[in-house]
Amino acid sequence: MTAAKAVLRAWLPPVVAAAIMFGCWEALLAVLNPDGFVLPPPSRIVSALFGDFDTISTATGITGFIIVTGLIAGVAVGALAAVLVTAFRSAHETLTPLAVAVNAVPIIALAPIFNAWFGILSPRSNQAVVVVLVFFPVFINTTRGLGQVEPSQIELMESYGAGKWRIMSEVRIPNAMPYFFTALKLATSLAVIAAIVAEYFGGRQDALGNIITNSAGLTRYDDAWAAVLAGSLVGIGLYAIAVVLERLVMPWYFAARRAT
Amino acid sequence: MSDAPDANGPDGDIAPDVAAVELDGVGKVFNPGRSNEVNALTGIDLRIAPGEFVTLIGPSGCGKSTLLRLIAALTDVTDGSVSVNGKTADRARLDRDYSMVFQRAGLFDWRNVSRNIELPLELMGWKAADRRQRSAEMLDLVKLSEFARHHPAELSGGMQQRVAIARAMSFDPKLLLMDEPFGALDEMTREHMQNELLRIWAETQTTVIFVTHSISEAVFLSTRVVVMSPRPGRISAIIDTDLGERSEATRDHPEYFANVTAVRNALRGDHAS
Repeated sequence: MTAAKAVLRAWLPPVVAAAIMFGCWEALLAVLNPDGFVLPPPSRIVSALFGDFDTISTATGITGFIIVTGLIAGVAVGALAAVLVTAFRSAHETLTPLAVAVNAVPIIALAPIFNAWFGILSPRSNQAVVVVLVFFPVFINTTRGLGQVEPSQIELMESYGAGKWRIMSEVRIPNAMPYFFTALKLATSLAVIAAIVAEYFGGRQDALGNIITNSAGLTRYDDAWAAVLAGSLVGIGLYAIAVVLERLVMPWYFAARRAT
Repeated sequence: MSDAPDANGPDGDIAPDVAAVELDGVGKVFNPGRSNEVNALTGIDLRIAPGEFVTLIGPSGCGKSTLLRLIAALTDVTDGSVSVNGKTADRARLDRDYSMVFQRAGLFDWRNVSRNIELPLELMGWKAADRRQRSAEMLDLVKLSEFARHHPAELSGGMQQRVAIARAMSFDPKLLLMDEPFGALDEMTREHMQNELLRIWAETQTTVIFVTHSISEAVFLSTRVVVMSPRPGRISAIIDTDLGERSEATRDHPEYFANVTAVRNALRGDHAS
């Protein structure tokens, strides 16, 4: 199979499926709901997006910054905590129950409280929601990957006189990579949800979350949908970056899967 | 790290009177004092000279793998003492006096074949160029040179195990500890690997301690077979099986069959008791 054919084979089915879905959406609304008030057809959402492009692009920049910074911080803290918990038994005994307890809290519900901490107009409170929400899946998945190592591989490293940290860097961390990237892909969409919902409760007035609530409140549903679309595009973009990173960081994983 | 005198000479050779491995009244109890206490090994005395090929054989639960791990200092003795090349087992581990091969090849997916072989050399701080050269030599030794840049998953089970042996031999360990290394291979591959191992052993003069539960494998490979029995794990017989230089023809040799019978009887003896 040539490279062009392979690309076509990978991309054609989802593109066709999406075209059919949006086509049906457009056509059904034209028949059933011509004024498209509550659910506008895709064409009107796109024209609303470009009709007020400056507002939407500014809002996407503000919310996108919260999403990306919160995502990076949450992923970093989650991965670091996983390494600590794996390296030190005492850390495992104290940190893991704490993380589980924090996860049991409905984190989105903390948004108004974070607003009180950081100031209602500060992006800090929105970032904090993203960090806390992203932390847990990364922490749990990465911890699992760091721990689920073939025992003979650990014994092998010990037989070479390798210490705990060398085993961590040579065996546990590479072994955890597939688990980490699964969590990262999950975290990208969680970060988008967390940032936008957190903005419903506070943060800058020109961010995506506030545009959605304000436009819906004014029955300007086209604008609300345009903001939703912008948020989706950020989520899709981040997911794609995670997929590309995964391929770059662990080409061996995909080579191994091709071989077996 | 240690100011203790080194048992090795200046060129790394071991004085001929120092045993490769010396076990003196070794015992191992797992979970001592608890309800799940297991007396895994008791009263093990064994001296293995440099250059020997010694096989540990016995039924499941006789402690043969545990004995290998005690020599490797991967677990601690409860009684007695273990010395490797005249040092404590743990000192020998940190000095990389031995190397281990397990039943599962245990190659790292994130390294290609050549870089898997380089792993112990990296841990020892070798320069990249030296590592690459040694890895090429080792691939030559196990006859896998054309697979240097392949991915472990692209290799058959037997080839993976040959890479594991190349990795184990890469830094010229004085002692090779093998825990049922061919246990997961089919019979044809297994016999081929046995021939390869004997060739490598003859070429490198390494001492080998080999755990198996196959009588024919033990007799074909070793200069001595140590027969063990369970509950508690102990040595029930030591049988000299040195057939000199071995080849495929050895498998049909009357002396080979006589040794197989002797080992089988020794294993049966403890079933009767």
